[in-house]
Amino acid sequence: MTRDERPLRAVPAVVWLSLAAALAAQIGWRAGQGRPGAAAADLPPAPGAAALRLASFGEPAALARLGMLYLQAFDYGGANVVPYQRLDYARLTGWLDGLLGLDPRSQYPLFAAARIYAEVPDEARSRIALDFIYRQFLVDPDRRWPWLAHAALLAKHRLHDLPLARRYAAAIDRHTRAPDVPLWARQMEVFILEDMGELEAARIMLGGLLESGAIRDPAEARLLRQRLEQLERR
Amino acid sequence: MPAAIFTRLALLEARRGGLFWVAALILVVGLALGAYLAQLALTEARALQAAVVAALLRVSAVFVIAAQVVASVRREIDEKRLELLLALPLSRPRQYLGRFAGFTLLGALLAVVFALPLLLWAPVAAVAAWGLSLAGELVLVAAAALFFAMSLSSLVPALAATAGLYLLARSIGAMQAIGSGPLAEHGFAHALARHIVDAVALVLPALDRATRSDWLLYGAPDARSLALVLGSLLVYAALLAAAGMFDFQRRSA
Repeated sequence: MTRDERPLRAVPAVVWLSLAAALAAQIGWRAGQGRPGAAAADLPPAPGAAALRLASFGEPAALARLGMLYLQAFDYGGANVVPYQRLDYARLTGWLDGLLGLDPRSQYPLFAAARIYAEVPDEARSRIALDFIYRQFLVDPDRRWPWLAHAALLAKHRLHDLPLARRYAAAIDRHTRAPDVPLWARQMEVFILEDMGELEAARIMLGGLLESGAIRDPAEARLLRQRLEQLERR
Repeated sequence: MPAAIFTRLALLEARRGGLFWVAALILVVGLALGAYLAQLALTEARALQAAVVAALLRVSAVFVIAAQVVASVRREIDEKRLELLLALPLSRPRQYLGRFAGFTLLGALLAVVFALPLLLWAPVAAVAAWGLSLAGELVLVAAAALFFAMSLSSLVPALAATAGLYLLARSIGAMQAIGSGPLAEHGFAHALARHIVDAVALVLPALDRATRSDWLLYGAPDARSLALVLGSLLVYAALLAAAGMFDFQRRSA
């Protein structure tokens, strides 16, 4: 793959100059634009499930995961002190719904809903995320119970809504059938009713999830440990 | 076997044209993308890497084989080398199949090379199924590219037709699902459109069922499912090869 070439000195100075000027103009132009950041208001309405499937060109699992990375970028970073608290949660859950529909076995959308979006210090938004988790849990309880278990803890300790927490805990007991669902998860309602602090409850739950092998991803385990440390510092 | 010379020529042209360097560059980009994605993922990092890198390698392999076949055949025609080769004491079907065998080998080689890095994130059985399916898919794309390069008059239409057929075959399943969904309208126009889409699907391969990245995430398909996928790819590749031979036979020069 070689070709005959004339030496570099055969290129006239004006061509060198125009190449350098065009390159400088390109770099200057891009540098002037700054880093692109997606603000909360930029999150577009979620496309329909059929449109997403069509756009995946037969690669739904890849699009579902790339879609999650795309979604994560909105309302995060920049001058934002509390990420995700300005997002339109109706649109957000529409996206999560669509991406989960592309790959129903993926846990990523539920992980993000439970561990990221439901934990914003905004009760209305948190409730929308929790409701999304509950609806999706009912679709596949045996696979999605860990997220509802976390939702029950959030409902009790962050929203101080004991009836909602009990409803979620009872749903885990009522709807899960798989033998690998641990006893503590089935008895979540008792767990919720006990006079237990958020830190203690989170420790039991995280310990149980790690022990049962439900958390295998190192990044996920790291994030959960960070959350525990944050709770301990409070 | 005289037809083997066409096979050798196809492989030699790929090597001299730098195709293997392009493949190596794509592999490097794929691995770099995988490493970058691992930094972004909050969970399911391995699944994200496997799915996205596999999707990138799949589409790159298809583009590389289609471009290689179309460019090679069009160059042969435009430089009048085809006329010279037609004068050889070798039947036209043999010449056509000799070329196709070369491109098939090239596709199989690319599939093996592109499947290997996926072993970083997925089990051997799943990668083997994915690689086999990719090889079948590349054979089909090579057959389509050869057919269009021989039958259309220049490079761009041939490449566009190959890409169009491939993308349509990958999305026709979703189009059929949209048409028969519960929210679809019920009327004459809709029924007509649905029948047209179904009719188009009959003459297309079901590429949305082939080389699936979810095999890498959730386990290889069973032997019967994989055999059905491979069978459908090879049947369509055979159809394209037969259509190509038919057209080549009628070619005046």
